[in-house]
Amino acid sequence: MDTHIKITDFHVSYGEQSVLEDINLEIPKGEITVIMGPSGCGKTTLLKGMNRFLELVEGAHVKGQVFIDGEDIYDPGMDVTEIRKKVGLLAQRPYPLPMSIYDNVAYGLRIHQMCKNGREMDERVCHYLQEAGLWEEVKDRLHKPALGLSIGQQQRLCLARGLAIKPEILLGDEPTSALDPISAQHIEKRLLALKEEYTIVLVTHILRQAKRLADYVVFMYLGEMVECGPAREVFENPQKERTRAYLAGQF
Amino acid sequence: MKKRWAKRHVAEAIFKVLMLVSFAMVAGSLALILWTILSKGLPAINWAMLTQAPKGGYYLGKEGGILNAILGSLIMAGSGTLLALIIGLPIALYLETYLRNSLWARYVRLALDILWGIPSIVYGAFCFIFMLAIGMRASMLGGIIALTLLELPILTRAMDEVIRMLPRDLEQAALALGSTRLEVALRVVTRQMLPGIVTAILLAFGRGIGDAASVLFTAGYTDRMPNSLLRPAASLPLAIYFQLSMPYPEVQKRAYAAALILTVIVLVASLGSRWISSRLGKNVIK
Repeated sequence: MDTHIKITDFHVSYGEQSVLEDINLEIPKGEITVIMGPSGCGKTTLLKGMNRFLELVEGAHVKGQVFIDGEDIYDPGMDVTEIRKKVGLLAQRPYPLPMSIYDNVAYGLRIHQMCKNGREMDERVCHYLQEAGLWEEVKDRLHKPALGLSIGQQQRLCLARGLAIKPEILLGDEPTSALDPISAQHIEKRLLALKEEYTIVLVTHILRQAKRLADYVVFMYLGEMVECGPAREVFENPQKERTRAYLAGQF
Repeated sequence: MKKRWAKRHVAEAIFKVLMLVSFAMVAGSLALILWTILSKGLPAINWAMLTQAPKGGYYLGKEGGILNAILGSLIMAGSGTLLALIIGLPIALYLETYLRNSLWARYVRLALDILWGIPSIVYGAFCFIFMLAIGMRASMLGGIIALTLLELPILTRAMDEVIRMLPRDLEQAALALGSTRLEVALRVVTRQMLPGIVTAILLAFGRGIGDAASVLFTAGYTDRMPNSLLRPAASLPLAIYFQLSMPYPEVQKRAYAAALILTVIVLVASLGSRWISSRLGKNVIK
């Protein structure tokens, strides 16, 4: 397999409390990797380690390395805004920016100066709204506030906004957990369509969602990585006792 | 099913009546004030009042106007609000960014709340004593400083509340797209906060322009047009006070006309800021 993200000796603690211990992990390129485990196991912390969001958490201490395309993102010489441009994030709850639908998608294009003129901007915005499966619903009200959209539509807007800056990696922190079943299905479909072009890392605590989406699975328990491997192998023939117990619904 | 007059229904009915009474009291007071000002002030208002300074004998019912007080009030309250904003915004940002909910933040907020509650005559007297000590005479500058101090706690606390309401996730959403901190502040946070800040500014301006006691000693009063920071300046609340205390009915009527002008200024500022807020606020994330 082609490794896109390589995590070595990764430790995270919040103050005194150790949250992640000794994580070593390789995440394959162009596939959907699902990080699963019971709540409080450190899934989200691990995810936030991949776009340097942990440094926004007060009292968080990080040790170890995370290599993306062979570069350690925790190297002091790295530009954090470039890392986050490369690694998009779909949060648990959609948070549109306080601007119109159009400007939400254009925001990233503007700050990274990715468009030469207005027409190119229009095309990009349209393209990524289509990519996120939202275009048909919003094409007549692009300049209306993003807040007027339903939660499900907002999440797709956030997806379009994230895709617009051409990330290589897409992180999803339980991106469907605040959505109704139909919107959740929408997002899942988009993610499956997008894995051709992006490396996707998803955190979920819904086992069935993990089974629907995952090509590669990471199972976490109490801050440790218990097991990882291709989805079929882990689901059908888990090697560790704790994975077996989790898959049987014992946690 | 038949409605039974149980205790809880009676209680609800009583509270509904109480609510109606309090609404009637509030709305009634406003209507009564407006009616008084309009019915007494409107007949007395004329073009000269808005365009001239008082001439000799104005307070005896002769010619002239109160342009000096209108301008004086606008300049002093406007500058006071601006200064209070310049001082208050960093305080509010500092509270949010560094002090957060620490013990110090609580002390600062408590101090501001107490300052908010201090009667304006105390601000006036305080500034006056201070001005005496440094040998400064009643002047427009003194009035501006007194109004700045009066408005500062209002503006700071109102902005503080606005900033505290800012959702953290919003910053994170912008950071996740690779924004710098500055881009988050300028492109996202200000958009979210501007409507609230406009409201805070209006609140402070309204308090400043309507206050008589704080400018009484500090700015003094004069019939001249405001022309220097170091000379006394007239203000609308004092114009109302002086005219109303004259024993001539026609001068007293002019006091109501002046009150009408002041009310219109506050009304225009208030409606204007609402308009701005709603324009700026249509995208705000709730």
